[in-house]
Amino acid sequence: MALDSSTKAVAAQRAAAAGPHRGGHAAATVRRVAGKLGSLALTLFLASLLVFFSRFLVPGDPVSFLLRGRKPSPEAIAQVTAQYGLDLPPWQQYLNWLFGALQGDWGRSLQYRQDVSTVIGERLPVTLMLVVMAGILIAIVGLSAGIVASLNKGRVLDRATLIGLTVLSAIPSFVGSIVLIAVFAVQLGWFPTFGSGEGFADTVYHLVLPSIALAIVFVVLVGKVTRSSMVEQLGREHVEVATSRGLKRGTVIRRHVFRNSLGPILTVSGILVAGLIVASTIVEAAFGIAGIGSLLVASVDRLDFPVVQAIVMLVVTTFVVVNAIIDIAEPLIDPRSAAGASAR
Amino acid sequence: MTVSNNTLAVEVMRAPKLKPANATFGIAIGVISVMTLAAIFAPFIAPYPPDQLDFAAVNAPPSPEHWLGTDGLGRDLLSRLIFGARTALLGPLLVVIGSTVVGMLLGLIAGWRGGWIDAVLGRIFDVLFAFPSLLLAIMAVALFGKGLVAPVIAMSIAYAPFVARLTRALIKAERTRPYVAAYRVQGFSGPWIALRRVLPNVTPIVGAQSTLNFGYVLAELAGLSFLGLGVQPPTPDWGAMINEAQAGIVGGHFLPALEPAVCVVLVVVAFNIIGEELSDRIGGEIPA
Repeated sequence: MALDSSTKAVAAQRAAAAGPHRGGHAAATVRRVAGKLGSLALTLFLASLLVFFSRFLVPGDPVSFLLRGRKPSPEAIAQVTAQYGLDLPPWQQYLNWLFGALQGDWGRSLQYRQDVSTVIGERLPVTLMLVVMAGILIAIVGLSAGIVASLNKGRVLDRATLIGLTVLSAIPSFVGSIVLIAVFAVQLGWFPTFGSGEGFADTVYHLVLPSIALAIVFVVLVGKVTRSSMVEQLGREHVEVATSRGLKRGTVIRRHVFRNSLGPILTVSGILVAGLIVASTIVEAAFGIAGIGSLLVASVDRLDFPVVQAIVMLVVTTFVVVNAIIDIAEPLIDPRSAAGASAR
Repeated sequence: MTVSNNTLAVEVMRAPKLKPANATFGIAIGVISVMTLAAIFAPFIAPYPPDQLDFAAVNAPPSPEHWLGTDGLGRDLLSRLIFGARTALLGPLLVVIGSTVVGMLLGLIAGWRGGWIDAVLGRIFDVLFAFPSLLLAIMAVALFGKGLVAPVIAMSIAYAPFVARLTRALIKAERTRPYVAAYRVQGFSGPWIALRRVLPNVTPIVGAQSTLNFGYVLAELAGLSFLGLGVQPPTPDWGAMINEAQAGIVGGHFLPALEPAVCVVLVVVAFNIIGEELSDRIGGEIPA
């Protein structure tokens, strides 16, 4: 997923967007937030155009596209035409779809003969759970790896951690899945091989292996960013001052180093969210979990395009909104990042 | 003019820092070479045709006849792995070439011209960044059908903005260098300077980044085949092989799934090592 370049890209984007900081602080903040929200809306609007009009790139008429692989009766054709307003001009179809979607109406699934929102709603909780568990794992492992490496910079432990992270980054989630299933589910029998269980505790138990498989590739992102961010902070003057004042090393690292290195880590976490949801397609398929990811694959397989459109739009919206929130919140958490972005 | 060109050349040629090759880099190059040769000469190397069934030896362990064992249909795993290297390497190669060519051109235009073209392209990149590459590939399959063609095109589009943004930043930095002004003064046209003199200077850094992308693309395309949306059975492909072997895992037949998985990991690690080493050697500073 071009993880390295994406981090750099986002960093570049942030630096460019931060701009000079003039005028009153409050007014500047309002202006900045408004600008971000406008940009967010524009990106989402353009993304919705891409998702909706992609269907028109396929040669042939829209009715036979939507009914591919099925034997349409004349009634079915008439019904689909009426339901999606396929006889309307494209821009009107788009507006209908957009305003429906804004109100939570994504049309009807061709496969399940239910509302798309119902189909997705039923499967959303498991995927969220999976993503949250993977996120927690990534945070714990990534942060500790990054901190350990940065505190031992240039020493054996640093090298070993970096090599470990590089190896983990090369284990795609489907490889992680089958290895974990083979070892811990089949050989040792510690965990179930399939499904997502009933009730909270059982679900957590069922999702242990899947969340590990999902987390593996992404640990490297958080680990490397934490390391470089900590290393940068460790070399700063204020850290030297704090140390020379006789503060305990633990206190210095907690208060002066780690807290200051959170910015880049937060930014990377934003990119993680969409990556985790998309990668969960593979993990859910491997472990037979009925979530959004396996729904997406099944919908592609059964040519259920309305569901595909809705899930793609959902993932893209999540990505854009989460990143906007992080972008907006960061200077509020750490006022220097807005003021300092241009000075740095 | 020749004199000034020569003095300029001194500045233009920023020789890459040459370090002694380290062992891991050599091993990585070796792994990729072996895989590439296996892919090219598959019909001559593979001991069996990749889809020859042998019901007498189903899920057989490694033996002198079948060095790496057989799968659930009695097909020779080594032969399938060798043939599988073809789709595994060809897909990412096309994506890396496609995204690099498109991305560099767009980045060159954005960085060189600036102004509204830059703003419009930047906005388009922002939108594309919101679509993770695997998601765009899945959507392409939903539109145009399963196989390798639609995902390869979709992923070239998904990766192009990363290349473009890097190229743009490098070009912007390069534009202000004295040699560009010198060419201008001599009356060379803007596009000529951009294409013939500036672009070659940023190519090594962009190329190193694209090498890093190769591993990720390979993993994603294999994942797509694992989902049953990419290369279709019975074509031997590492991702599709794991997909087919999944049912056997519960029965304790690990090899048919593990062997292609090891191949994927090996190639991804090798490309990551090569990409990072190249970035280090070229030593280009990537402007933020």
